[in-house]
Amino acid sequence: MSGNEVLLEVDDLKKHFKVNQGWIASLVESFGRGEPDYVHAVDGVSFELREGETLGLAGESGCGKTTTGMSLVKLHDPTAGDIVYDDTRLSEASDAEIKQFRQNAQMIFQDPFESLNPRMTVYDTVAEPLRIHDIRNETARVQRALEFAELLPAEHYFDQYPHELSGGQRQRVAIARALVLDPDFIVADEPVSMLDVSLRAGVLSLLDRMTDEFGLSVVYISHDLSLLRHMCDRLAIMYMGKIVEKGPTDQIIENPQHPYTQALINAVPVPDPAVGRERVELQGEVGDVIDIPTGCRFKNRCSEYIGDVCDQVVPPLEAKTDFEQDVACHLYDSAEGYDPYQEMTGSPSAAETGDEPESTPADD
Amino acid sequence: MSQLEVEDLEVYYETEEGPAQAVDGVSFEVEEGENIGIVGESGCGKTTLAKAIIGILPDAGYINNGSINFKGDDLTEMTNAQRRRLKWEEISMIAQSAMNSLDPVYTIREQIVEAIETHRPGTGRVESTEIVTQMFELVGLDPERADDYPHQFSGGMRQRAMIAMALALEPSLMLADEPTTALDVIMQDQILKRMSSIQEEINSSMLVITHDVSVVAETCDRVIVMYAGKIAEEGPVDEIFNQPYHPYTIGLKRAFPNIRKSSQDLLSISGYPPELIDPPQGCRFAERCPMATDRCREEEPEAHYENGLRSYCHYADEIDTELRPYADDPGTWDQAAAATDGGVEE
Repeated sequence: MSGNEVLLEVDDLKKHFKVNQGWIASLVESFGRGEPDYVHAVDGVSFELREGETLGLAGESGCGKTTTGMSLVKLHDPTAGDIVYDDTRLSEASDAEIKQFRQNAQMIFQDPFESLNPRMTVYDTVAEPLRIHDIRNETARVQRALEFAELLPAEHYFDQYPHELSGGQRQRVAIARALVLDPDFIVADEPVSMLDVSLRAGVLSLLDRMTDEFGLSVVYISHDLSLLRHMCDRLAIMYMGKIVEKGPTDQIIENPQHPYTQALINAVPVPDPAVGRERVELQGEVGDVIDIPTGCRFKNRCSEYIGDVCDQVVPPLEAKTDFEQDVACHLYDSAEGYDPYQEMTGSPSAAETGDEPESTPADD
Repeated sequence: MSQLEVEDLEVYYETEEGPAQAVDGVSFEVEEGENIGIVGESGCGKTTLAKAIIGILPDAGYINNGSINFKGDDLTEMTNAQRRRLKWEEISMIAQSAMNSLDPVYTIREQIVEAIETHRPGTGRVESTEIVTQMFELVGLDPERADDYPHQFSGGMRQRAMIAMALALEPSLMLADEPTTALDVIMQDQILKRMSSIQEEINSSMLVITHDVSVVAETCDRVIVMYAGKIAEEGPVDEIFNQPYHPYTIGLKRAFPNIRKSSQDLLSISGYPPELIDPPQGCRFAERCPMATDRCREEEPEAHYENGLRSYCHYADEIDTELRPYADDPGTWDQAAAATDGGVEE
């Protein structure tokens, strides 16, 4: 792949949404009684996106992957944390710098039936970003973008409206619109999940070509791990607003370490009847993202639960001694010598004296 | 004995330009306890087929020809009242969006109890409540939650409640239309697992309609591949995946990324299915097929039987001997797409 320079650095990004409440509750709150509730959609996410790299954000619905993606292109302002682009911290950036950033950060949405304005022709849809950013040579650029998106001949599509196009064609228009500004990176949120099977591969190969020919970095957001394996260099698995495992795609898919990642990958059906898949049932459902549990967020569903340390200490996403990927789990030894037991209330041996009857030693 | 026998079924939709032939001459059988997957892209007629079987075609839809024999009775000749009696009790359906299939103003328990009492008059409250509890346990829901309203359930729970309802009367045939498409993988896995274990327990057969080839690979005994209202290929799941004869099956199978493979060229079938109002003569897939000849465009293919498969392709023989690697190569399909690119515009 191309250069290894870091293009975008996400630093402890948090995005919390205030829970919508009735007017009586907000009145009570305004008198200073009670705290408002927040949905912790993204709760401390850090990663780097390198030049020319494709990164996949995976997880179940509600894990915060879309909110993370939208924050990356500044469709959300983070509650805390920051994004560093081109040595500029976006929280401190000037208006001109933000404008520059917006030109370089584009997004492709899931549903091409909703992401395109039904009253705008294909030409206007693709030309709009150029007008906003005051870029000349409009027609030639629009034409080039449509041609790249394999909408040929481009002129034929200029005056068409979205309703005249099929889903695959619409998604191609959305891709052309994202590319027309020549961005540095694109966030693609489930770019093919609304498309018919036979058309998916075509759009995927277009996206592939986009990364290769433009040297673009792409963040793919999807729940479909088979797809992410096909598209991405690296993966980050999210659970309840946090990244639980991050590293090279093949490593994570073939040798997942976090119990959640293991369950997630295990659940993916295989399009080959000859492959007998061992099925492990994961207990329970995704927890409450308003009233966040202490310690590890996955502990209640975890088959590897090892006692008080999981209850009390939030496992940091860090390099471990035994494998290539970063994992946020107390099961594995930190490569940096971090000891979660030191952070527990009481003595370091608190793990053994806990009232969990089935707690097993951490080194098991 | 086969439980369901669909013969030469034609389901049309009335449109202003004439009838759209959504299902056109489809025949197949479902044995007792058998799982059949129906795959194909949107508009291939798979959902229409299911709706025709359970008898919930929209007003514009009608059965033009053919028969649907269920346990010896022809469903197409029954009155609505007779069919209604069969629904839930003998044939039940799990629809794609459980969100819209449950009534928001009744609790889940009330809805299931209603279904039970309608079909089994005389069932007491106590008994039907007992059935609800059993079914909830079977699908992995807390029976105490049965008194909740649908909006209090998450998507996965609603889908499971739908399945509980579909199973409550132990039907002998279940139609599942994209039963897990709206769900996350973990939930999908759990539901599919439960469905097959329950099914084994009550020995019912199931028709699973989906676009997801991998779901079919894991849950079905046999597969029907549909294209533009017709069966393209049909047979045991292993043969369909290992040695298909129809280029469309080969293409569809190769269009899916496999999580177990690190690098894979995905295949893209360019173009769109034909109009069903005035379908082309000859093979319906000819326009998108990289191997199509004039014969394909003019003459409708007859069934080719081999290895337990029924394949509607003129060149099934040659695919078996020499053409398969050619059809299995994404490059072949790209070239075909490039060749037709100039002429595809309308």
